[in-house]
Amino acid sequence: MQRRAVRVWYWVHKWSSLVCTLFMLMLCVTGLPLIFGEEIYHLSGAEPPVAAPAPGARPADLDGLIARALDRYPGDVPLFLGWDPDHPVVYVNTGARPDTPPAAMHSVLFHQYSGEIIEAPPFNEGVMYTLYLIHTEMFAGLPGKLFLGAMGFLLALAILSGVVLYAPFMRKLGFGTVRRDRSRRLKWLDLHNLLGIVTATWVGVVALTGVLNTLERPLYENWQAGQLARMTAAWQGQPPPNRLASLETAVRAARAAVPDMHPSFVSYPGTGYSGFHHYGVFMQGDSELSKRTYQPVLVDATTSAFTATAEWPAFMQALYLSQPLHFGDYGGLPLKIIWAALTIVTIIVLASGLYLWLGRRRRSVEALLVEIESGGLVDAETAAGAA
Amino acid sequence: MKPAPRPDTGRGRIFAVPAVIAALTLFGLVAGLAGEGAADLASWIALGACLAVLGWATAKRY
Repeated sequence: MQRRAVRVWYWVHKWSSLVCTLFMLMLCVTGLPLIFGEEIYHLSGAEPPVAAPAPGARPADLDGLIARALDRYPGDVPLFLGWDPDHPVVYVNTGARPDTPPAAMHSVLFHQYSGEIIEAPPFNEGVMYTLYLIHTEMFAGLPGKLFLGAMGFLLALAILSGVVLYAPFMRKLGFGTVRRDRSRRLKWLDLHNLLGIVTATWVGVVALTGVLNTLERPLYENWQAGQLARMTAAWQGQPPPNRLASLETAVRAARAAVPDMHPSFVSYPGTGYSGFHHYGVFMQGDSELSKRTYQPVLVDATTSAFTATAEWPAFMQALYLSQPLHFGDYGGLPLKIIWAALTIVTIIVLASGLYLWLGRRRRSVEALLVEIESGGLVDAETAAGAA
Repeated sequence: MKPAPRPDTGRGRIFAVPAVIAALTLFGLVAGLAGEGAADLASWIALGACLAVLGWATAKRY
């Protein structure tokens, strides 16, 4: 590789890494416990015992559950209702306004069959939720999300430039070379290269799927302005409904429209998920993949009559199908442990990169380029002196 | 005349092992998505192998 090319890629690697490293360290540290969120929730005893439904029992009426959730939080409006995928539990989220952000929502859990209220710690309180907020938006809402998305993009650039620089550095070295007896810098340079190249693909996938996740809100807005607007063109310009029709009937209509799927959650009008006039009943299938994404069914919120359903456009499918590749929650506990180990290796790559940069701040760029091109075999300072 | 032997400093040599690791990683990531049981096992083995390479490389002495 030409010296000029190495210089350009070195510049890209240095700046893309430097700008994002501290944020990436934060994401790794907060992401580690989030990998095991389910297990931590389970072990902490926060998970209430849920009795199995009595034989022949029928699910409780959804409108009744909504009414009791609103009794508990007077003045609230209902926002979402959803079914726990693993337990016979229905949750109802309410808030002061239809566009209440998750952090300010109230949540009531019900037994899906008996309809009894299940007392459980709110989903949006506690250490894990705080970690989640830091990890996803640093308490800064959508701007925070988009900022972290930009940082993730820089990380992808840092990986790409790192892989490019790996070639000149390794020209005379075998794979896996770690020279621990020369100098501390050389040892960490070798480790940075080794750990970096081995984890490059995984970190790249997690970074880019993370970037996609930060775009969830804009993607939903795009969907509502496109496919949803076309399906609900007849309601365009109408004032929001002031009285809502039965949700139970609406969910039945959705089930009848898509009989091979089951509802996962329902959004109320105005929540940003289904426009201003419709319930959005989000259906899921049973296969490993269709459990990860949804098919929205729109039901008129003033009549509970089926309006339309359509498969999501590719960008919405991509958003949801890519999520497991970010969370690592699709292969049992062993995969989570692998996810955690790879996160720790990533922390070492980030920290060693920072260490290498701090240790060479006052050296010339030429000296660093010689170091890269010679695989660290030529002492950088000597070369700089000679040049 | 025979073509000159490929120099030992080529990209093919440098990226041979990393390419295998990248392929294993992608296979492992996708295998786990494809199903449960055997698919999950394949995913653990593929991704675990990448970690094992790290263990081997950092443990050996020169």
